[in-house]
Amino acid sequence: MALIADMAVLLGKELRTEFRSRELLTTTVVFILVVVVLFSFTFDPSIGESRRFGPGLLWLSFLFAASLMLQPCFLREQNNDTLSALRLSVPDPFSIFLAKLSANTLFLLLTEVLMLPVFAVLYNLPVLPVFPQLVLVLFLGSLGVAIPGTAFSAISAQARMRELMLPLLLLPLLTPVLIASTEATGALLEANPELRRDWLGFLAGFDVVFLTAIWLFGEYLLEE
Amino acid sequence: MTKSILRAAVLFALIASTAYLAFYYAPIEKTMGVVQKIFYLHISCAFSAFVAFGTCFYANLRYVFTREPKSDWLGVSAAEVGLAFITVVLITGPIWAHPVWGIWWTWDARLTLTFVLGLLYLSYLLLRSMIEEPDKRAMFSALFGIFAFLDVPLVYFSIRWWRTQHPQPVILGGPGSGLEPRMRVSYLLMWGALTGLLILLLSARYRLEALRAGVEDLRREAEVR
Repeated sequence: MALIADMAVLLGKELRTEFRSRELLTTTVVFILVVVVLFSFTFDPSIGESRRFGPGLLWLSFLFAASLMLQPCFLREQNNDTLSALRLSVPDPFSIFLAKLSANTLFLLLTEVLMLPVFAVLYNLPVLPVFPQLVLVLFLGSLGVAIPGTAFSAISAQARMRELMLPLLLLPLLTPVLIASTEATGALLEANPELRRDWLGFLAGFDVVFLTAIWLFGEYLLEE
Repeated sequence: MTKSILRAAVLFALIASTAYLAFYYAPIEKTMGVVQKIFYLHISCAFSAFVAFGTCFYANLRYVFTREPKSDWLGVSAAEVGLAFITVVLITGPIWAHPVWGIWWTWDARLTLTFVLGLLYLSYLLLRSMIEEPDKRAMFSALFGIFAFLDVPLVYFSIRWWRTQHPQPVILGGPGSGLEPRMRVSYLLMWGALTGLLILLLSARYRLEALRAGVEDLRREAEVR
């Protein structure tokens, strides 16, 4: 119970920091927009082609955006010398990770939901009829990105060339998330939309595996 | 020194003679022809690579819990040697696939897993080169190694559900599978030889890492004085 209370306080702090400046959210939204527009030049976005490539490029742009967006997560603490204070403030370091990864999931989900209508218009895809199901896929996928992403942000913050290191560490690891989310999104955007429970279950499994890993090894990730 | 040269010479002779067996003793496969000979090297290297990555995972876990520098040395050695073996697998694979499947590469479960595995351990080694301080480098790369290894079954199953083309296992693959006896002898010998090579490379790399750490310690001591 104390874990949840600590996490709520820390989550409040993360959200306050971000919504004061909204730097992360605005830059990520613009980044996704740029990628989505640039992608349309690489193939002819007719209806059939969009159905085939759309979900993949949507998730690819989310993944790239996330690997940049997760960067400041621990770097901010390190630059301001607040990491030790943060560690001392709570008994269980897992609550720090829970707060940070919840905040990251929320930010990712927010930018994704904002970009979804733009994507639907540019690629002529029927998003509205399956919107609630799509949000479920987006949520599980974003969680899958944010969980290892938050952990690796703590790792890359300690390295040189950290801006390049985080995508290098994170993107190959996210292969399963990319496949599962793309398949689930693709099935929803077909002519006969279908909610692929098997892929959703797979995403949930991925989330559980890495959440458990953070629970086990989180304290080591925060060493300075 | 002479001992290690002797070991290397014995291993070289073993690999050369098993290569001879694979080419001249084992019969030529009925449908694939001569190109199937690459199988002996391909599978044995794949096996060595997976053993090396498994060793790396063990060393990573051990480091996190014990913090012995020895485990860190084993981790980096295993990752490097594994990467060398997996490079051989990724090169011999397409050479075999092109005449047999008609394509160089396909995004099938085992092929993709091998590729992603290579990428993950490449990132592991890159990460190590980007962290200066030895304790920090050992801890953070070990943690990344653990996360990367946990990803392996997830990558495998996600791609397996997605699509798969790689042949079903011939060895230990259930009824109807199995190798011709002379092929089996050649294969087992090659497998043994390359496992020997794995052990030799791993121990040489481990000694090198231990020496490096020793030099690093001496340098620091000299700086303090």
